Amino acid sequence: MGQDISRRAFLKGGFAAAAGVAAGSIPGAAAAVGPEEQTQLATLLDISKCIGCGACVEACTETNARKYPNPKKPFPKMVPARARVSDWSDKQDVTERLTPYNWLYIQHASVDINGEETELTIPRRCMHCVNPPCVKLCPWGAAKQLENGISRIDPEICLGGSKCNAVCPWDIPQRQTGVGLYLDILPNFAGNGVMFKCDRCYDQIEAGQLPACIEACPEDVQTIGPRADIIKQAHKLAREINGYIYGETENGGTNTVYVSPVPFEELDVAIEKGKGKPHLAAASDRMADANTLAAAMVIAPLAGIAAAARKIYNYTRKSKERA
Amino acid sequence: MKTAAVTLTHSNRQNRSMRYLYVLTVFCMALTGFGQMPIYKRYYLSDIPGFGWLANFWTTRYVHYAGAALLLAIVAYMLVQHVILLRARFKMTPSGYLRGILLLGIVLTGVLFVIKNFPVLVFSPEFIIALNLSHLGFVMIFLLVNLYCLIFKKRWTKAR
Ligand code: HEM
Ligand code: SF4
Ligand code: SF4
Ligand code: SF4
Repeated sequence: MGQDISRRAFLKGGFAAAAGVAAGSIPGAAAAVGPEEQTQLATLLDISKCIGCGACVEACTETNARKYPNPKKPFPKMVPARARVSDWSDKQDVTERLTPYNWLYIQHASVDINGEETELTIPRRCMHCVNPPCVKLCPWGAAKQLENGISRIDPEICLGGSKCNAVCPWDIPQRQTGVGLYLDILPNFAGNGVMFKCDRCYDQIEAGQLPACIEACPEDVQTIGPRADIIKQAHKLAREINGYIYGETENGGTNTVYVSPVPFEELDVAIEKGKGKPHLAAASDRMADANTLAAAMVIAPLAGIAAAARKIYNYTRKSKERA
Repeated sequence: MKTAAVTLTHSNRQNRSMRYLYVLTVFCMALTGFGQMPIYKRYYLSDIPGFGWLANFWTTRYVHYAGAALLLAIVAYMLVQHVILLRARFKMTPSGYLRGILLLGIVLTGVLFVIKNFPVLVFSPEFIIALNLSHLGFVMIFLLVNLYCLIFKKRWTKAR
């Protein structure tokens, strides 16, 4: 089986067994990779294999439709009026972007490969960041990260404030108004529905099955396995096709790794971007910005103590002098 | 004894500027802390000229972190000074103890947040929800108690 967690091995043994073999049987693997690379599952997407048939998009809806929102209408009046409703319930069939009813869609890019105009298709969904801002910065804890790296938004807790969307580098979580907890609290004044996005079929994975989009793909575009192995595989593939990698370091690293025959800068220019249509540009590690200040928090109390000590020393010296 | 009292008065003047810094920091923490929730844009606060940055979650988070470091320094300074220098003359009032405990709660939950935000998974989702509610809860009670103390002129310490 080696490092490849093949589809069959995954199905036969379930994730736990597959990951156990992968992480446990390679000597030194534990020391060489961070903890998240052993516990977090990543997917590899070989863009050159995708034929854009859309079977994955259909499979996603088929499998996850029962999780889709069922909003009550009319919606509560929003106060102040600036807070607008996001209603996709009449546009559930839209498949050319991410919506609360479409967690995966196919991007098209016309690029030049060896002087030949080639049409590439790219399945896009949540990247499942290693340190996901949507999860870490959710002010209620409605977004959560599972030990296997899946980030998902709990529809029972989410208030639809859309902060996760604002901090997501790829504009992934999408809002539907008229559902969720906010209806029971102060529907006019706080919250605005529930955010929806790919949950990487967490329930299927729990049951030892593959995510629907991976299972349905006739071209085996996606591979899933422990992150360290997926990264290795991505590098191998990139070497073979002389290609490029996206997701290894973007936003500090994601659990969705694309390999493309053309540079991602070119792809990013070629794809249509906008609301619900994620880019393929560089993405710096935003969580790291403030995290570096943690060191200051460790030093700060020491500085405070030193300042107090100096003052105490001066004070005792002065009172001795005057005595 | 008299000279000691004189020096203490002097140190109190120094403490006054420290108190202003403390109040300013707490205000800034509350402002940027509430900025962690998506409310300033909805309620037009970030429309006020000069307050636009309050709608940027990355900026408010950075300032909240920097303010936390400053707050920790001030608290450590005040605490050491009180225990070693002032305790003989001044004692904590009940409202002082209450505010101290609340501040401790804020700091402890805040530090756990900071740990949580590193790329490690140490806390369960349930614990993170509890953290959110308790950080916010401590903050709300702390601010209300401070308001009460401001109105009724309650101080942290009083002369023994
Ligand atoms: C008087 C001081 C403080 C005030 C008024 C304050 C206020 C707040 C408020 C209102 C929130 C948003 C509510 C929530 O998410 O539950 C918040 C979040 C936060 N606070 Fe504070 N805070 C204070 C001190 C601290 C300290 C000392 C630290 C760190 C050492 C800290 C770290 C954080 C963090 C990291 C968050 C973001 C929560 C998250 O990650 O989801 N805070 N603060
Ligand atoms: S891509 Fe966006 S929604 Fe997905 S885990 Fe990262 S921050 Fe969250
Ligand atoms: S992993 Fe599951 S939820 Fe995510 S896009 Fe694929 S089928 Fe949809
Ligand atoms: S099912 Fe496979 S080949 Fe078809 S669009 Fe999806 S990823 Fe591409």
